[in-house]
Amino acid sequence: MGIFKQREREIFDLMASSSEVGGSSADYETMMSTSDVELLKRAWRNEKAAPEILQYEGALVERAKEQIELVEETIEDYVENGKDPLLVSLYQMDLDRTQFLLRSYLRVRLVKIEKFMFHNLKSEEAERRLSEQERVFATKCADDLVKHFEETVLLKLPENYQSVLKQSQISEVDDMVPQPHLDTFVVCRSNNFVSLNLYEEGESPETVEMERGDLYFIRYKIVKGAIESGQIDLI
Amino acid sequence: MAGQTDPHISLFSPQEVEFMAEDELVEIVPNMNMEQLNFISGDFGLFIPQIPTKVPLWLAVALKRRGKCSFRPPGWMSVDNLTQILEAERESQSTFQALPFSYVEIARLLFDHAHDDIPDKYMVRSLVEDIRDVRLHKLETNLGSFQGTSAVKISNVSAMEVNIVRPFVRRALEAFYKHDKPEADVGRDTRSSRQQREANNEPRRPLRQR
Repeated sequence: MGIFKQREREIFDLMASSSEVGGSSADYETMMSTSDVELLKRAWRNEKAAPEILQYEGALVERAKEQIELVEETIEDYVENGKDPLLVSLYQMDLDRTQFLLRSYLRVRLVKIEKFMFHNLKSEEAERRLSEQERVFATKCADDLVKHFEETVLLKLPENYQSVLKQSQISEVDDMVPQPHLDTFVVCRSNNFVSLNLYEEGESPETVEMERGDLYFIRYKIVKGAIESGQIDLI
Repeated sequence: MAGQTDPHISLFSPQEVEFMAEDELVEIVPNMNMEQLNFISGDFGLFIPQIPTKVPLWLAVALKRRGKCSFRPPGWMSVDNLTQILEAERESQSTFQALPFSYVEIARLLFDHAHDDIPDKYMVRSLVEDIRDVRLHKLETNLGSFQGTSAVKISNVSAMEVNIVRPFVRRALEAFYKHDKPEADVGRDTRSSRQQREANNEPRRPLRQR
């Protein structure tokens, strides 16, 4: 058929180990051959489990959108030409599944943006992780919220308490801004052998070592870097 | 809304856990001819009668429901293997036997849609249920023995089981961590501990930091 531009192949060897006992679902040593759907699933899972917003996978989203549009057109084609309805419904199912992943991924990010609106706009690191549209959305949302608060409540309070970001003028930091709770515990699985520092700088340097395929309940802060580099997945 | 579960109950809804498990490959034996399927998620096929082939679980179930194939139950689902695993689970109080990560979901879907393809299906079903019970019970009793650490290793726990205990274990470990931490904070200045206090705008905690 060759209609579809599959970016990566060799999916089956990777997934073949998944129905065996104790296997992990993709061989990350050959990560470049992982399918887009697998990558999207991983991004979706990580995003759902992480307390803060993660790096936006722009390229992946674009590719997924392209493939979805392609399949939608093909399905329309098939229906018009009276192709076997079984085939059509199977393609439709695959399409639905991919669409669900994409939509849920974007929605989870939106929920996090709304939750930590001011924090995301303040912190440069977080802002870098948003996509262009997300940034626009966050700014507009924040502006609206500030306006709303000011008009309904803040301007009616005594002068020292009118800021949206600070409890009062004497606060040294923006303490009205909710921040993501980075010390929360998450479940993760390692893809490689990895050794991590359990505590922060200056404290007792205990490490935890993870073999490939181990499951751990662990503090998010500890694994944050490893998630970004793809060595660890959140479950 | 596509997949927005209340994170206070559990991170993933059971349907979402099943969704993730549905990408696992299983073996089927088609009874008809069909061309290769070029899905976004991969290429599957050709489908030739009596020739076994591997497809994702969701596709297998869809084909089975339309009467187009039969299942080959995975190797781990035999009565012998499951009996062995059940005994081993019962013997050890603290370790879990190695089972496929999505064994609960796979077994469930197979029982629901393809029970006639499973030899000794009643035996297999009751074994799987027993294994589930023993493991869950083990998880519950082990939860009582947590201490204040930053990392807990849980080997061979399956997806569904992780999802069930996750909210409780999270809160328990977080509480441990919070109570262990203030000893290290004594040396820090007040500003950072104030920041920590204010940063807790997330789910209401019954315990507040000083």
